[in-house]
Amino acid sequence: MESILSEIVAKYNYWIYVILMMIGFYAMIGKRNLVKKLLGMNIFQTAIILFYVSMGVKRGGGIPIVDKHEALLHGVNPAHIDNPVPHVLMLTAIVVSVSVTGVALAIMQRIYREYGTLEEDEILEKIER
Amino acid sequence: MISQNLHMFVLAAPLLSGILVNLLGRLSRRWISVLTLGSLGFSTVGAFFVLLRVLAKGSFHYTVGNWTPPYGIELLVDPLSALMLLLVSGVAFLASLSALKSVDQELPGKQHVFFTMYLILVAGLLGLVLTADAFNLYVLLEITSINTYGLIAMGKGRAPLASFNYIIMGSIGACFYLLGVGYLYILTGTLNMADIASRLPAQGGTAAVATAFAFILVGLCVKMAFFPLHGWLPNAYSLAPSGAGVMIAPLMTKVTVYLMARVFFVMYAPWQSTGHQGVHPLVVWAASAAIIAASALALSQKNLRRMLTYIIVAEVGYMVGGIWLANAQAITGALLHIVNDSLMTLCLFLAASAIVYRRGSLDFNHLGGLYRSMPLTMAAFTVGAFSMIGVPPTAGFFSKWYLILGGIEGGHWEFVVALLVSSLVNAVLFFRIIEFGYFPTGEQAHGHGHGELAVQEAPLQMVQPLILVAVALIAVGLGSGWIVNDIIRLVVPGNF
Amino acid sequence: MTMASSYSIAPLVVVLLAMLGTIPIMLSDKRPNLRESWTLLVAVGQFLLVAAMLPKVLAGGEYVFTIAQVLPGVPLQLRVDAMGMFFALVASFLWIFTSIYSIGYMRTLEEHGQTRYFAAFALAISSTIGVAFSANLLTLYLFYEMLSLSTYPLVTHEQNAEARASGRKYLTYILGTSIGLVLPAMLITYSLAGTLDFKTGGILAGVGSPEVLSLLLVLFIFGFAKAGIMPFHGWLPAAMVAPTPVSSFLHGVAVVKVGVFSILRIIFDIYGPNLLFDLNLNVVVTTLASITILVASLVALTQDNLKRRLAYSTIGQLSYMVLGAGMVSAAGMMGGMLHIVMHAFGKITLFFCAGAIYVASGKKYISQMDGLGRRMPVTYFAFFLGSLSIIGMPPLGGFISKWNLAMGALEAGQITLLVVLLVSSLLNAAYFFPIVYRGFFAQPAEGSSLDEVREAPLLVVIPLAVTACCSVLLFFFPNVFIDLAKLALGL
Repeated sequence: MESILSEIVAKYNYWIYVILMMIGFYAMIGKRNLVKKLLGMNIFQTAIILFYVSMGVKRGGGIPIVDKHEALLHGVNPAHIDNPVPHVLMLTAIVVSVSVTGVALAIMQRIYREYGTLEEDEILEKIER
Repeated sequence: MISQNLHMFVLAAPLLSGILVNLLGRLSRRWISVLTLGSLGFSTVGAFFVLLRVLAKGSFHYTVGNWTPPYGIELLVDPLSALMLLLVSGVAFLASLSALKSVDQELPGKQHVFFTMYLILVAGLLGLVLTADAFNLYVLLEITSINTYGLIAMGKGRAPLASFNYIIMGSIGACFYLLGVGYLYILTGTLNMADIASRLPAQGGTAAVATAFAFILVGLCVKMAFFPLHGWLPNAYSLAPSGAGVMIAPLMTKVTVYLMARVFFVMYAPWQSTGHQGVHPLVVWAASAAIIAASALALSQKNLRRMLTYIIVAEVGYMVGGIWLANAQAITGALLHIVNDSLMTLCLFLAASAIVYRRGSLDFNHLGGLYRSMPLTMAAFTVGAFSMIGVPPTAGFFSKWYLILGGIEGGHWEFVVALLVSSLVNAVLFFRIIEFGYFPTGEQAHGHGHGELAVQEAPLQMVQPLILVAVALIAVGLGSGWIVNDIIRLVVPGNF
Repeated sequence: MTMASSYSIAPLVVVLLAMLGTIPIMLSDKRPNLRESWTLLVAVGQFLLVAAMLPKVLAGGEYVFTIAQVLPGVPLQLRVDAMGMFFALVASFLWIFTSIYSIGYMRTLEEHGQTRYFAAFALAISSTIGVAFSANLLTLYLFYEMLSLSTYPLVTHEQNAEARASGRKYLTYILGTSIGLVLPAMLITYSLAGTLDFKTGGILAGVGSPEVLSLLLVLFIFGFAKAGIMPFHGWLPAAMVAPTPVSSFLHGVAVVKVGVFSILRIIFDIYGPNLLFDLNLNVVVTTLASITILVASLVALTQDNLKRRLAYSTIGQLSYMVLGAGMVSAAGMMGGMLHIVMHAFGKITLFFCAGAIYVASGKKYISQMDGLGRRMPVTYFAFFLGSLSIIGMPPLGGFISKWNLAMGALEAGQITLLVVLLVSSLLNAAYFFPIVYRGFFAQPAEGSSLDEVREAPLLVVIPLAVTACCSVLLFFFPNVFIDLAKLALGL
């Protein structure tokens, strides 16, 4: 029991991302309101962004900006800087996530104009009729 | 210089003209068709030369912006990706001929928006085909998806809702893929697919690698609508504007299957040879179940385009099963089927688009007497249907041949049975349509008055690509020996 | 024997001739006379081309043409050998008369959609010749499927509810079996033997276990449902809704014999008689065929619709051919092959007569045909000759094939088969003679007057008279076919 607990505490960042992801996933699948679905999707994507960001971070690491002369003279100790690659990747992922959200919002507007509601059940009811 | 960078031009042409279409298309409608056809025509011709070059000089890697791999983004131009390049640009070109007409009818005033998305989507697909970088693949996947969402949402009625559901499912798929890539990055510290592959075997058969692949493959399965993750597809594809359907339906799922094949060959196969064979039979069983279930669902449809969407889902099962059978015959079949299925789907969707242009609906009860009123369209449709059923010498027969042979050699009889059952179901499905088209409906048959139903063919611009694809289906069928020997065999790894 | 095999485009030309012939036929939609000239031109041209290849084939030579190398080890290939020539000769010769007959029949009845009819017909004959000239199983399968699909518009020609139902049944049987049974059987054969070439002596010897080979054979025999082996015969009576020229040529000669021909190819060139005999599979073949022969003949007795009776008769006769091949004795195989020709001429005559009766009097049911023979003596006499040939009486061609079959049964030492042959011949007589008898001697039913009935138009009567005469001539001059059969069987 203790070992599991310490495991969780030691890797709390990953556990947080898993929990966030599950919340988002639940909202996407389980909620019937389109806005909530979209929010769930954003939570889901944010969870993954956190996952990537935290994977690049090191205990005691700094921002990955090094002085050129310093680096050329003494070299760079990788343990002292965070891995910048995952962070850079997430810039792109954020852009993607924002674009998808934008498109989804635009589409939701069309749905709202057509059916006057964003509750999936009510929309389906109106379609049936 | 030009010949070395040709594939980049192929990729850039639709991307740049997509932006131009948005600007110039507002001024004059003429620009839209000029730019669309011009850029896609250029890409098709260019892709053809890329393929010739690869076949003559062998495959090569290309580093974008001269950032050397594994740091920079790498593109891989091998016979298969060159073939896919040609396929994507060719299909998009032919589809755009028909789309230009049907968009005029269905979305007057919005043509420039439509074709902006259309062209960027094509550019995204072309990029997907070439990329050798796992993260770049994610970005391109989302570029194509976002444009697809937009295109589908332009349809009538329920289309926006279908598109929204697609967004949710598509995002889940993409996120899963991204997660898997994240795991691989943690394990190997690189994003270049070949680089990942070279470092993975050292990891051994750990659960972490398995989880990474599980996420990646499930993500791709959602994107390619592998049954039972297909829920979003039928609505999205059948409600999209005709002009979008003719391009999205043949290409999106097939390119995703191609990606799965890439992931499978480049990263998964070298790693799994260290263990973990147990997954393969499971996937083949799942694919067999998918084929049968999707075929059964197709039987209960009452609308031509919806029926076709379920057939697409079944065909995805063909290809996934073929890849995971993991023997030379089945993989050959799966890769050949990517080409063939794109063409068959294109043919059928083009025909559907032409019919809807004239009849306004694709419900079965609107299809009466079609052979008389639209003989050319229906002739091409018939060829496409025969190819789906798998009648030689159409292309569909030959890929099915390799797939079934792979199933027999791998001892997976469930897959063999599934393929045969689905062929039979396809025969039922398409002969039902053919029957509707061949026999006049009630009022037309009145008084046995044949011939009164005037010939009312779709516009030439929609019929031409259709006839061309129908001829291509037979040509590809007869030429499948060449395609297999000179292209596909080259890329099937030797250890299969 | 040395086989002079020459690479020549001739087989392809023969196959393409009728296929491309559909184009001018369709283009001259509005000008019936021109359209029919095309049909006749193609028919005659095709026969002449086939006949031109005959001398070399008779001398033991072959023509080969490869269309495309589609699968590893399996090209799309045409080859004119003795067996293919045998079948192509019959089919292309009879097509000429069927064309003339079709023109007369369709015009007299003022049928709709004649252009579609003639185009589909040309496509069907092209596929038939393709089957005859196929050098391997894949090519055969291709043309076999093409034939199934091109005959669909012919079967459903009337485009009414009955045609729709029959069309469904037709496709269900034919496509269902070819995709469901032949395709897997072909793939298994390929994965066992690595080739699908037709080779004298077969390709399956020494590969695969006896169980697998037995299963394969059953798949093939039932899969080629065009041969009408029971229980996969139901499509044939259903297909009788088609116009009579279609029934006579396609469902009396081309389509059904394509089925039998395919089975013979399987037995002779995929399995080889020796393998069949070694594995005791000949018993399977002869048993299936015998059951079909007897049951079909019995059912034929009960049919009142003339065309349906002929259809059941066809089902029974087809199994004679399969039976002969299954005897694995020289005379038996010879008899089986000869029966393809003899039955073709006999049955096409009978169907032509049925059509002539329908054209002249509008009657379809035997019970209504009392006394009709006196009004249509030529037609009825031809019918009489045709039925004699099918029953197997001298001096008609059918006697030769039945004689060989009977000798074959003796040679193989299988008295049961001899009994089957005799009983079924009696049954044949029992379902044919009453028709002729009632035609000539019975009094028409009360209230129906036959005074208006005359012989059908010349375009209808001449073909049936010619084919009836051919049936007689074949008794005296069967040599071409016997020689070809000997070459094909390597005797």
